[in-house]
Amino acid sequence: MSLKKKAAIVGVYEHPTRFAPSKTTYQIIAESAREALADAGLTIKDVDGLFNAGGGGLLGSLALADYLNIFPTYTDTTNYGGSSFVGHAAHAAAAISAGLCKVALICYSATPVSTPMAGIAGAMAGDPSSNYENPYGVTIINGYAMTAQRHMHEYGTTSEQLAEIAVTMRLHASMNPNAKYRDPITVEDVLKSRVISSPLHLLDCCVVSDGGGAVVMTSAERARDLRKKPVYILGSGEAMRHAAAGHRDLMDIATNDSARQVYERSGLTPKDIDMAMIYDSFTITVLMQLEALGMCKKGEGGAWVGGGRLRYDGEFPINTDGGGLSSNHPGMRGIFLLIEAARQLRGEGGARQCKKPLRTAIATGIGGNLGYRHAAATVILSNE
Amino acid sequence: MAEEKEKKRYEKFLPSIDEESRPFWEATKRHELYVQKCRDCGFVQFHPRAVCTACLSSSVQWLKSSGRGKIYTWSVTNQNPGRGFRDALPYIVAYVDLDEGVKIFANVVDCKPEEVKIGMPVEAAFTDVTPEFTLVNFRPAR
Repeated sequence: MSLKKKAAIVGVYEHPTRFAPSKTTYQIIAESAREALADAGLTIKDVDGLFNAGGGGLLGSLALADYLNIFPTYTDTTNYGGSSFVGHAAHAAAAISAGLCKVALICYSATPVSTPMAGIAGAMAGDPSSNYENPYGVTIINGYAMTAQRHMHEYGTTSEQLAEIAVTMRLHASMNPNAKYRDPITVEDVLKSRVISSPLHLLDCCVVSDGGGAVVMTSAERARDLRKKPVYILGSGEAMRHAAAGHRDLMDIATNDSARQVYERSGLTPKDIDMAMIYDSFTITVLMQLEALGMCKKGEGGAWVGGGRLRYDGEFPINTDGGGLSSNHPGMRGIFLLIEAARQLRGEGGARQCKKPLRTAIATGIGGNLGYRHAAATVILSNE
Repeated sequence: MAEEKEKKRYEKFLPSIDEESRPFWEATKRHELYVQKCRDCGFVQFHPRAVCTACLSSSVQWLKSSGRGKIYTWSVTNQNPGRGFRDALPYIVAYVDLDEGVKIFANVVDCKPEEVKIGMPVEAAFTDVTPEFTLVNFRPAR
Protein backbone atom coordinates (compact mmCIF):
# COMPACT_ATOMS: atom_id res chain seq x y z
CA MET A 1 0.00 0.00 0.00
CA SER A 2 1.39 3.34 -1.01
CA LEU A 3 1.05 6.57 0.96
CA LYS A 4 1.47 8.57 -2.23
CA LYS A 5 -0.71 11.66 -2.14
CA LYS A 6 -2.88 10.33 0.70
CA ALA A 7 -2.03 13.22 3.03
CA ALA A 8 -0.87 16.79 2.75
CA ILE A 9 0.77 19.58 4.70
CA VAL A 10 -1.91 22.24 4.98
CA GLY A 11 -0.52 24.67 7.53
CA VAL A 12 2.98 25.74 8.56
CA TYR A 13 4.52 28.28 10.89
CA GLU A 14 8.09 28.97 11.86
CA HIS A 15 8.32 30.96 15.07
CA PRO A 16 10.38 34.10 14.31
CA THR A 17 12.19 34.07 17.64
CA ARG A 18 15.90 33.26 17.80
CA PHE A 19 16.25 34.37 21.44
CA ALA A 20 13.30 33.93 23.76
CA PRO A 21 14.30 34.45 27.40
CA SER A 22 10.76 35.50 28.30
CA LYS A 23 8.96 32.56 26.67
CA THR A 24 8.54 28.97 27.81
CA THR A 25 8.99 26.16 25.30
CA TYR A 26 5.28 25.33 25.70
CA GLN A 27 4.34 28.92 24.88
CA ILE A 28 6.44 28.83 21.69
CA ILE A 29 4.66 25.62 20.65
CA ALA A 30 1.23 27.10 21.41
CA GLU A 31 1.97 30.25 19.43
CA SER A 32 3.32 28.18 16.53
CA ALA A 33 0.29 25.85 16.60
CA ARG A 34 -2.08 28.84 16.55
CA GLU A 35 -0.43 30.33 13.48
CA ALA A 36 -0.01 27.03 11.61
CA LEU A 37 -3.70 26.18 12.19
CA ALA A 38 -4.72 29.68 11.05
CA ASP A 39 -2.55 29.16 7.97
CA ALA A 40 -4.56 26.01 7.26
CA GLY A 41 -7.91 27.50 8.10
CA LEU A 42 -8.39 25.01 10.93
CA THR A 43 -8.74 25.40 14.69
CA ILE A 44 -7.16 23.69 17.68
CA LYS A 45 -10.46 21.81 18.16
CA ASP A 46 -9.82 20.02 14.87
CA VAL A 47 -6.54 18.48 16.08
CA ASP A 48 -6.84 14.80 16.98
CA GLY A 49 -3.26 13.72 16.23
CA LEU A 50 -0.31 15.12 18.21
CA PHE A 51 3.27 14.59 17.03
CA ASN A 52 6.28 15.88 18.94
CA ALA A 53 9.72 14.62 19.78
CA GLY A 54 9.20 13.85 23.45
CA GLY A 55 12.47 14.89 24.93
CA GLY A 56 13.21 13.36 28.30
CA GLY A 57 9.61 13.69 29.42
CA LEU A 58 9.70 17.48 29.37
CA LEU A 59 7.76 17.68 26.13
CA GLY A 60 6.05 14.33 26.13
CA SER A 61 2.75 14.28 24.31
CA LEU A 62 0.71 13.96 27.51
CA ALA A 63 2.27 17.05 29.07
CA LEU A 64 1.85 18.94 25.81
CA ALA A 65 -1.78 17.87 25.35
CA ASP A 66 -2.40 19.00 28.93
CA TYR A 67 -0.82 22.40 28.29
CA LEU A 68 -2.72 22.91 25.03
CA ASN A 69 -5.90 21.54 26.60
CA ILE A 70 -6.48 19.18 23.69
CA PHE A 71 -7.53 15.53 23.69
CA PRO A 72 -5.66 13.78 20.89
CA THR A 73 -6.62 10.20 20.10
CA TYR A 74 -3.35 9.50 18.29
CA THR A 75 0.13 10.58 19.40
CA ASP A 76 3.68 9.86 18.29
CA THR A 77 6.73 11.02 20.25
CA THR A 78 9.39 9.40 18.09
CA ASN A 79 12.70 11.03 18.94
CA TYR A 80 15.82 10.06 17.02
CA GLY A 81 17.24 13.58 16.99
CA GLY A 82 16.81 16.45 14.60
CA SER A 83 15.31 14.43 11.76
CA SER A 84 12.42 13.26 13.97
CA PHE A 85 9.92 15.76 12.58
CA VAL A 86 10.46 14.60 9.01
CA GLY A 87 9.73 11.13 10.38
CA HIS A 88 6.63 12.53 12.09
CA ALA A 89 5.36 13.77 8.70
CA ALA A 90 5.75 10.24 7.34
CA HIS A 91 4.07 8.73 10.41
CA ALA A 92 1.26 11.30 10.27
CA ALA A 93 0.65 10.48 6.59
CA ALA A 94 0.40 6.80 7.53
CA ALA A 95 -1.91 7.49 10.47
CA ILE A 96 -4.17 9.77 8.42
CA SER A 97 -4.22 7.26 5.59
CA ALA A 98 -5.19 4.48 8.01
CA GLY A 99 -7.94 6.61 9.52
CA LEU A 100 -6.26 6.79 12.94
CA CYS A 101 -6.41 10.57 13.01
CA LYS A 102 -7.81 13.32 10.84
CA VAL A 103 -5.80 16.44 11.64
CA ALA A 104 -2.20 16.03 12.77
CA LEU A 105 -0.26 18.72 14.58
CA ILE A 106 3.52 18.31 14.43
CA CYS A 107 5.30 20.70 16.75
CA TYR A 108 8.65 21.59 18.27
CA SER A 109 10.41 24.20 20.33
CA ALA A 110 13.62 24.57 22.30
CA THR A 111 15.46 27.44 23.93
CA PRO A 112 19.11 26.38 24.27
CA VAL A 113 20.38 29.99 24.06
CA SER A 114 18.24 31.56 26.76
CA THR A 115 18.34 28.46 28.99
CA PRO A 116 21.67 26.76 28.21
CA MET A 117 22.01 23.09 29.06
CA ALA A 118 24.60 22.44 31.70
CA GLY A 119 26.99 19.51 31.64
CA ILE A 120 29.21 17.74 29.18
CA ALA A 121 29.30 18.38 25.48
CA GLY A 122 29.15 14.62 24.90
CA ALA A 123 27.47 12.77 22.08
CA MET A 124 24.68 10.81 23.74
CA ALA A 125 25.15 10.64 27.48
CA GLY A 126 23.40 7.63 28.89
CA ASP A 127 23.46 5.33 25.86
CA PRO A 128 25.30 2.03 26.44
CA SER A 129 27.82 3.12 23.79
CA SER A 130 28.55 6.41 25.50
CA ASN A 131 30.63 4.67 28.17
CA TYR A 132 33.14 3.92 25.42
CA GLU A 133 33.06 7.45 23.97
CA ASN A 134 32.52 10.07 26.67
CA PRO A 135 35.67 9.26 28.71
CA TYR A 136 37.67 10.38 25.67
CA GLY A 137 36.15 13.86 25.55
CA VAL A 138 33.94 13.16 22.58
CA THR A 139 31.98 16.18 21.35
CA ILE A 140 29.08 16.44 18.92
CA ILE A 141 31.36 18.13 16.40
CA ASN A 142 33.98 15.33 16.65
CA GLY A 143 31.62 12.84 15.02
CA TYR A 144 31.00 15.06 12.01
CA ALA A 145 34.65 16.13 11.86
CA MET A 146 35.91 12.53 11.77
CA THR A 147 33.39 11.79 9.02
CA ALA A 148 34.58 14.82 7.04
CA GLN A 149 38.19 13.74 7.57
CA ARG A 150 37.45 10.32 6.13
CA HIS A 151 35.50 11.81 3.20
CA MET A 152 38.49 14.03 2.39
CA HIS A 153 40.77 10.99 2.59
CA GLU A 154 38.66 8.73 0.39
CA TYR A 155 37.43 11.27 -2.17
CA GLY A 156 39.74 14.27 -2.02
CA THR A 157 37.01 16.60 -0.75
CA THR A 158 38.44 19.95 0.41
CA SER A 159 37.65 22.52 3.09
CA GLU A 160 37.09 25.06 0.30
CA GLN A 161 34.37 22.87 -1.18
CA LEU A 162 32.65 22.44 2.20
CA ALA A 163 32.89 26.21 2.73
CA GLU A 164 30.85 26.81 -0.45
CA ILE A 165 27.87 25.28 1.34
CA ALA A 166 28.17 27.65 4.32
CA VAL A 167 28.55 30.63 1.96
CA THR A 168 25.36 29.72 0.08
CA MET A 169 23.37 29.23 3.28
CA ARG A 170 24.47 32.68 4.46
CA LEU A 171 23.39 34.22 1.16
CA HIS A 172 19.94 32.72 1.69
CA ALA A 173 19.88 33.91 5.30
CA SER A 174 20.61 37.45 4.11
CA MET A 175 17.20 37.31 2.39
CA ASN A 176 15.42 35.91 5.47
CA PRO A 177 14.55 38.71 7.91
CA ASN A 178 14.30 36.21 10.80
CA ALA A 179 17.67 34.52 10.23
CA LYS A 180 20.14 34.71 13.11
CA TYR A 181 23.16 35.64 10.96
CA ARG A 182 22.55 37.70 7.81
CA ASP A 183 25.87 39.31 6.83
CA PRO A 184 27.28 37.62 3.72
CA ILE A 185 30.46 35.56 4.13
CA THR A 186 33.10 34.28 1.72
CA VAL A 187 34.91 30.97 1.38
CA GLU A 188 37.93 32.72 2.85
CA ASP A 189 35.90 33.80 5.90
CA VAL A 190 34.97 30.17 6.54
CA LEU A 191 38.56 28.96 6.15
CA LYS A 192 39.86 31.74 8.40
CA SER A 193 37.36 31.01 11.17
CA ARG A 194 38.88 28.97 13.98
CA VAL A 195 39.06 25.20 13.68
CA ILE A 196 36.70 23.72 16.28
CA SER A 197 37.42 20.08 15.51
CA SER A 198 39.62 19.47 12.50
CA PRO A 199 38.83 19.72 9.65
CA LEU A 200 35.67 21.66 10.61
CA HIS A 201 35.83 25.41 11.21
CA LEU A 202 33.46 27.53 13.26
CA LEU A 203 31.57 28.53 10.10
CA ASP A 204 31.19 24.88 9.05
CA CYS A 205 28.98 24.48 12.13
CA CYS A 206 25.31 25.32 12.60
CA VAL A 207 24.27 28.20 14.79
CA VAL A 208 22.66 27.77 18.18
CA SER A 209 19.36 29.59 18.53
CA ASP A 210 16.05 29.42 20.34
CA GLY A 211 13.05 28.65 18.21
CA GLY A 212 10.16 26.44 17.28
CA GLY A 213 7.49 25.76 14.75
CA ALA A 214 4.43 23.77 13.81
CA VAL A 215 3.10 21.84 10.83
CA VAL A 216 -0.52 20.77 10.28
CA MET A 217 -1.40 17.79 8.11
CA THR A 218 -4.63 16.23 6.99
CA SER A 219 -5.98 13.94 4.27
CA ALA A 220 -5.45 14.95 0.64
CA GLU A 221 -9.21 15.02 0.20
CA ARG A 222 -9.83 17.46 3.04
CA ALA A 223 -6.73 19.46 2.10
CA ARG A 224 -8.31 20.55 -1.16
CA ASP A 225 -11.01 22.49 0.72
CA LEU A 226 -8.65 24.36 3.03
CA ARG A 227 -7.13 27.84 2.81
CA LYS A 228 -3.78 27.15 1.19
CA LYS A 229 -2.61 25.05 -1.73
CA PRO A 230 -1.94 21.56 -0.36
CA VAL A 231 1.60 20.23 -0.22
CA TYR A 232 1.20 16.49 -0.75
CA ILE A 233 3.42 13.78 0.71
CA LEU A 234 4.51 11.61 -2.23
CA GLY A 235 6.69 9.21 -0.27
CA SER A 236 8.89 8.75 2.76
CA GLY A 237 11.88 6.84 4.02
CA GLU A 238 13.55 6.24 7.37
CA ALA A 239 16.79 4.48 8.25
CA MET A 240 19.50 4.25 10.89
CA ARG A 241 23.25 3.82 11.08
CA HIS A 242 25.31 3.28 14.23
CA ALA A 243 28.61 1.73 15.26
CA ALA A 244 27.34 -1.65 13.99
CA ALA A 245 29.16 -3.34 16.87
CA GLY A 246 32.48 -2.06 15.55
CA HIS A 247 31.85 -2.66 11.84
CA ARG A 248 30.64 0.74 10.64
CA ASP A 249 31.76 2.26 7.37
CA LEU A 250 31.50 6.00 8.04
CA MET A 251 30.95 6.71 4.35
CA ASP A 252 27.72 4.71 4.39
CA ILE A 253 25.10 7.03 5.88
CA ALA A 254 21.47 6.25 6.70
CA THR A 255 20.24 8.54 3.94
CA ASN A 256 21.44 5.93 1.43
CA ASP A 257 18.54 3.77 2.64
CA SER A 258 15.94 6.48 3.28
CA ALA A 259 16.54 7.90 -0.20
CA ARG A 260 16.13 4.51 -1.85
CA GLN A 261 12.85 4.04 -0.01
CA VAL A 262 11.50 7.49 -0.84
CA TYR A 263 12.20 7.08 -4.56
CA GLU A 264 10.71 3.57 -4.65
CA ARG A 265 7.59 4.68 -2.79
CA SER A 266 7.03 7.88 -4.77
CA GLY A 267 7.98 6.45 -8.14
CA LEU A 268 10.26 9.46 -8.66
CA THR A 269 13.97 9.71 -9.36
CA PRO A 270 16.55 12.33 -8.33
CA LYS A 271 15.98 14.09 -11.67
CA ASP A 272 12.35 14.70 -10.71
CA ILE A 273 13.26 16.76 -7.63
CA ASP A 274 13.25 20.55 -8.05
CA MET A 275 14.69 21.74 -4.73
CA ALA A 276 15.76 20.30 -1.38
CA MET A 277 15.70 21.11 2.30
CA ILE A 278 18.70 19.29 3.73
CA TYR A 279 19.56 19.11 7.41
CA ASP A 280 22.69 21.24 7.72
CA SER A 281 24.06 20.63 11.18
CA PHE A 282 27.48 20.95 9.56
CA THR A 283 28.66 21.51 6.00
CA ILE A 284 29.73 17.85 5.67
CA THR A 285 26.20 16.73 6.61
CA VAL A 286 24.83 18.52 3.55
CA LEU A 287 27.46 17.21 1.17
CA MET A 288 27.00 13.58 2.15
CA GLN A 289 23.20 13.78 2.07
CA LEU A 290 23.31 15.26 -1.44
CA GLU A 291 25.42 12.29 -2.52
CA ALA A 292 23.09 9.85 -0.78
CA LEU A 293 20.07 11.44 -2.46
CA GLY A 294 21.70 10.61 -5.78
CA MET A 295 22.01 14.25 -6.83
CA CYS A 296 25.62 13.48 -7.73
CA LYS A 297 27.78 10.38 -7.52
CA LYS A 298 29.15 9.23 -4.18
CA GLY A 299 32.41 11.05 -3.55
CA GLU A 300 31.74 13.75 -6.13
CA GLY A 301 29.78 16.07 -3.83
CA GLY A 302 32.76 18.34 -3.25
CA ALA A 303 32.93 19.55 -6.83
CA TRP A 304 29.15 19.41 -7.27
CA VAL A 305 28.22 21.91 -4.52
CA GLY A 306 30.27 24.74 -6.07
CA GLY A 307 29.54 27.23 -8.81
CA GLY A 308 26.33 28.55 -7.31
CA ARG A 309 24.40 25.35 -8.01
CA LEU A 310 22.76 25.32 -4.56
CA ARG A 311 21.65 28.97 -4.60
CA TYR A 312 17.97 29.99 -4.67
CA ASP A 313 18.56 31.06 -8.27
CA GLY A 314 20.75 28.05 -9.10
CA GLU A 315 20.20 24.72 -10.77
CA PHE A 316 19.37 22.83 -7.56
CA PRO A 317 18.42 25.19 -4.72
CA ILE A 318 18.69 23.97 -1.14
CA ASN A 319 17.98 25.46 2.28
CA THR A 320 16.52 28.69 1.00
CA ASP A 321 15.79 29.87 4.56
CA GLY A 322 19.50 29.98 5.41
CA GLY A 323 19.38 26.59 7.11
CA GLY A 324 20.85 25.66 10.43
CA LEU A 325 24.17 27.08 9.28
CA SER A 326 22.81 30.66 9.35
CA SER A 327 19.10 30.93 10.20
CA ASN A 328 18.23 28.86 13.27
CA HIS A 329 19.09 25.65 15.08
CA PRO A 330 17.46 25.11 18.48
CA GLY A 331 18.91 21.57 18.58
CA MET A 332 16.56 19.58 16.36
CA ARG A 333 15.65 21.58 13.28
CA GLY A 334 13.89 18.95 11.15
CA ILE A 335 10.54 20.72 11.42
CA PHE A 336 11.97 23.74 9.61
CA LEU A 337 12.82 21.53 6.63
CA LEU A 338 9.12 20.77 6.21
CA ILE A 339 8.09 24.39 6.79
CA GLU A 340 10.44 25.99 4.27
CA ALA A 341 9.81 23.26 1.67
CA ALA A 342 6.06 23.95 1.99
CA ARG A 343 6.58 27.71 1.74
CA GLN A 344 8.68 27.27 -1.41
CA LEU A 345 6.17 24.89 -3.01
CA ARG A 346 3.41 27.42 -2.32
CA GLY A 347 5.50 30.24 -3.79
CA GLU A 348 5.69 32.06 -0.45
CA GLY A 349 9.49 32.36 -0.36
CA GLY A 350 9.50 36.12 -0.94
CA ALA A 351 12.94 37.48 -1.86
CA ARG A 352 14.42 34.00 -1.55
CA GLN A 353 11.77 32.17 -3.60
CA CYS A 354 13.50 29.78 -5.97
CA LYS A 355 13.81 31.28 -9.43
CA LYS A 356 12.98 28.05 -11.20
CA PRO A 357 9.40 26.76 -11.17
CA LEU A 358 8.84 24.19 -8.44
CA ARG A 359 6.68 21.09 -8.46
CA THR A 360 8.59 18.89 -6.04
CA ALA A 361 10.86 19.25 -3.04
CA ILE A 362 12.71 16.72 -0.96
CA ALA A 363 13.17 17.25 2.77
CA THR A 364 15.76 15.06 4.43
CA GLY A 365 17.32 15.05 7.86
CA ILE A 366 20.08 13.42 9.86
CA GLY A 367 19.32 13.18 13.58
CA GLY A 368 21.74 12.03 16.25
CA ASN A 369 25.33 12.16 15.09
CA LEU A 370 26.67 11.35 11.64
CA GLY A 371 29.84 9.81 13.07
CA TYR A 372 28.40 7.71 15.90
CA ARG A 373 24.74 6.86 15.44
CA HIS A 374 22.12 8.65 13.46
CA ALA A 375 18.69 8.37 11.90
CA ALA A 376 17.72 9.67 8.49
CA ALA A 377 14.18 10.65 7.60
CA THR A 378 13.22 11.76 4.11
CA VAL A 379 9.99 12.89 2.45
CA ILE A 380 9.19 14.02 -1.07
CA LEU A 381 6.63 16.80 -1.23
CA SER A 382 4.70 18.19 -4.17
CA ASN A 383 2.25 20.99 -4.91
CA GLU A 384 0.42 18.95 -7.52
CA MET B 1 42.66 8.92 51.81
CA ALA B 2 45.09 9.01 48.91
CA GLU B 3 42.44 7.41 46.74
CA GLU B 4 39.86 10.02 47.71
CA LYS B 5 42.25 12.75 46.73
CA GLU B 6 42.97 11.14 43.37
CA LYS B 7 39.27 10.80 42.59
CA LYS B 8 38.68 14.45 43.30
CA ARG B 9 41.48 15.52 41.01
CA TYR B 10 40.24 13.60 37.98
CA GLU B 11 37.43 15.66 36.50
CA LYS B 12 36.82 14.00 33.14
CA PHE B 13 33.91 11.68 32.43
CA LEU B 14 34.23 8.19 33.86
CA PRO B 15 32.30 5.23 32.48
CA SER B 16 29.61 3.58 34.56
CA ILE B 17 30.28 -0.12 34.95
CA ASP B 18 27.61 -2.77 34.76
CA GLU B 19 27.65 -6.56 34.56
CA GLU B 20 28.03 -6.49 30.79
CA SER B 21 31.06 -4.22 30.82
CA ARG B 22 32.81 -5.20 34.08
CA PRO B 23 35.21 -7.75 32.53
CA PHE B 24 36.27 -5.19 29.93
CA TRP B 25 37.15 -2.54 32.52
CA GLU B 26 38.79 -5.11 34.80
CA ALA B 27 41.00 -6.09 31.85
CA THR B 28 41.99 -2.52 31.04
CA LYS B 29 43.16 -2.21 34.66
CA ARG B 30 45.53 -5.09 33.87
CA HIS B 31 46.51 -3.18 30.69
CA GLU B 32 44.76 -5.68 28.45
CA LEU B 33 42.24 -4.89 25.73
CA TYR B 34 39.42 -7.32 25.08
CA VAL B 35 36.84 -7.46 22.33
CA GLN B 36 34.24 -10.23 21.98
CA LYS B 37 33.81 -13.21 19.69
CA CYS B 38 30.70 -15.36 19.37
CA ARG B 39 31.29 -19.07 20.00
CA ASP B 40 28.31 -19.93 17.82
CA CYS B 41 28.77 -17.79 14.70
CA GLY B 42 32.28 -16.35 15.05
CA PHE B 43 31.17 -12.70 14.86
CA VAL B 44 33.63 -10.28 16.48
CA GLN B 45 32.07 -7.27 18.19
CA PHE B 46 32.81 -4.15 20.18
CA HIS B 47 31.60 -2.65 22.54
CA PRO B 48 30.95 -5.56 24.91
CA ARG B 49 27.45 -6.95 25.25
CA ALA B 50 25.80 -9.95 26.90
CA VAL B 51 24.75 -11.28 23.52
CA CYS B 52 26.17 -11.62 20.03
CA THR B 53 24.59 -8.93 17.84
CA ALA B 54 24.88 -11.13 14.74
CA CYS B 55 22.91 -14.13 16.07
CA LEU B 56 21.73 -13.12 19.59
CA SER B 57 23.61 -16.06 21.10
CA SER B 58 24.53 -15.68 24.76
CA SER B 59 27.66 -17.70 24.13
CA VAL B 60 29.96 -14.73 23.70
CA GLN B 61 33.60 -15.13 24.67
CA TRP B 62 36.22 -12.52 25.45
CA LEU B 63 38.90 -12.21 22.80
CA LYS B 64 42.18 -10.60 23.81
CA SER B 65 43.17 -7.95 21.28
CA SER B 66 46.72 -7.44 20.14
CA GLY B 67 46.04 -3.77 20.76
CA ARG B 68 47.38 -3.10 17.28
CA GLY B 69 45.53 -1.40 14.51
CA LYS B 70 45.42 1.55 12.15
CA ILE B 71 43.84 4.99 12.39
CA TYR B 72 40.55 4.83 10.46
CA THR B 73 39.78 8.51 11.01
CA TRP B 74 40.63 11.23 13.48
CA SER B 75 40.05 14.82 14.56
CA VAL B 76 41.94 17.28 16.69
CA THR B 77 39.53 18.77 19.22
CA ASN B 78 40.17 22.44 19.98
CA GLN B 79 36.94 23.14 21.83
CA ASN B 80 35.22 21.26 24.63
CA PRO B 81 33.85 23.23 27.57
CA GLY B 82 33.37 20.03 29.58
CA ARG B 83 35.05 19.76 32.97
CA GLY B 84 38.51 18.26 32.74
CA PHE B 85 38.53 18.34 28.96
CA ARG B 86 38.76 22.11 28.63
CA ASP B 87 42.14 21.95 30.35
CA ALA B 88 43.37 19.16 28.06
CA LEU B 89 42.94 20.94 24.70
CA PRO B 90 43.92 20.27 22.03
CA TYR B 91 43.52 16.50 22.04
CA ILE B 92 43.11 13.89 19.34
CA VAL B 93 40.05 11.64 19.01
CA ALA B 94 40.08 8.75 16.57
CA TYR B 95 38.47 5.57 15.40
CA VAL B 96 41.08 2.82 15.36
CA ASP B 97 40.54 -0.19 13.12
CA LEU B 98 41.88 -3.02 15.29
CA ASP B 99 43.66 -5.99 13.73
CA GLU B 100 40.78 -8.11 15.10
CA GLY B 101 38.46 -6.36 12.63
CA VAL B 102 36.46 -3.98 14.81
CA LYS B 103 36.67 -0.23 15.20
CA ILE B 104 37.14 1.36 18.61
CA PHE B 105 36.94 5.01 19.64
CA ALA B 106 39.71 6.51 21.78
CA ASN B 107 42.27 9.26 22.14
CA VAL B 108 45.58 9.16 20.32
CA VAL B 109 48.33 9.97 22.81
CA ASP B 110 52.09 10.52 22.57
CA CYS B 111 51.44 12.00 19.13
CA LYS B 112 51.57 15.60 17.97
CA PRO B 113 48.31 16.81 16.38
CA GLU B 114 50.14 17.51 13.11
CA GLU B 115 51.50 13.95 12.97
CA VAL B 116 48.31 11.91 13.16
CA LYS B 117 47.22 10.41 9.81
CA ILE B 118 44.63 8.00 8.46
CA GLY B 119 46.25 4.58 8.06
CA MET B 120 48.89 5.26 10.70
CA PRO B 121 49.78 2.08 12.65
CA VAL B 122 49.00 2.43 16.34
CA GLU B 123 49.19 0.32 19.49
CA ALA B 124 47.19 0.35 22.69
CA ALA B 125 48.44 2.71 25.38
CA PHE B 126 46.76 2.21 28.74
CA THR B 127 46.16 5.26 30.90
CA ASP B 128 45.46 4.72 34.61
CA VAL B 129 43.19 7.69 35.19
CA THR B 130 42.01 6.80 38.71
CA PRO B 131 42.70 3.86 41.01
CA GLU B 132 39.47 2.30 39.70
CA PHE B 133 39.70 3.12 36.01
CA THR B 134 42.15 2.56 33.21
CA LEU B 135 41.30 3.87 29.77
CA VAL B 136 42.59 2.31 26.61
CA ASN B 137 44.14 4.88 24.29
CA PHE B 138 46.40 4.46 21.28
CA ARG B 139 49.85 5.77 20.39
CA PRO B 140 51.95 5.56 17.23
CA ALA B 141 53.22 1.95 16.93
CA ARG B 142 56.82 1.48 17.96
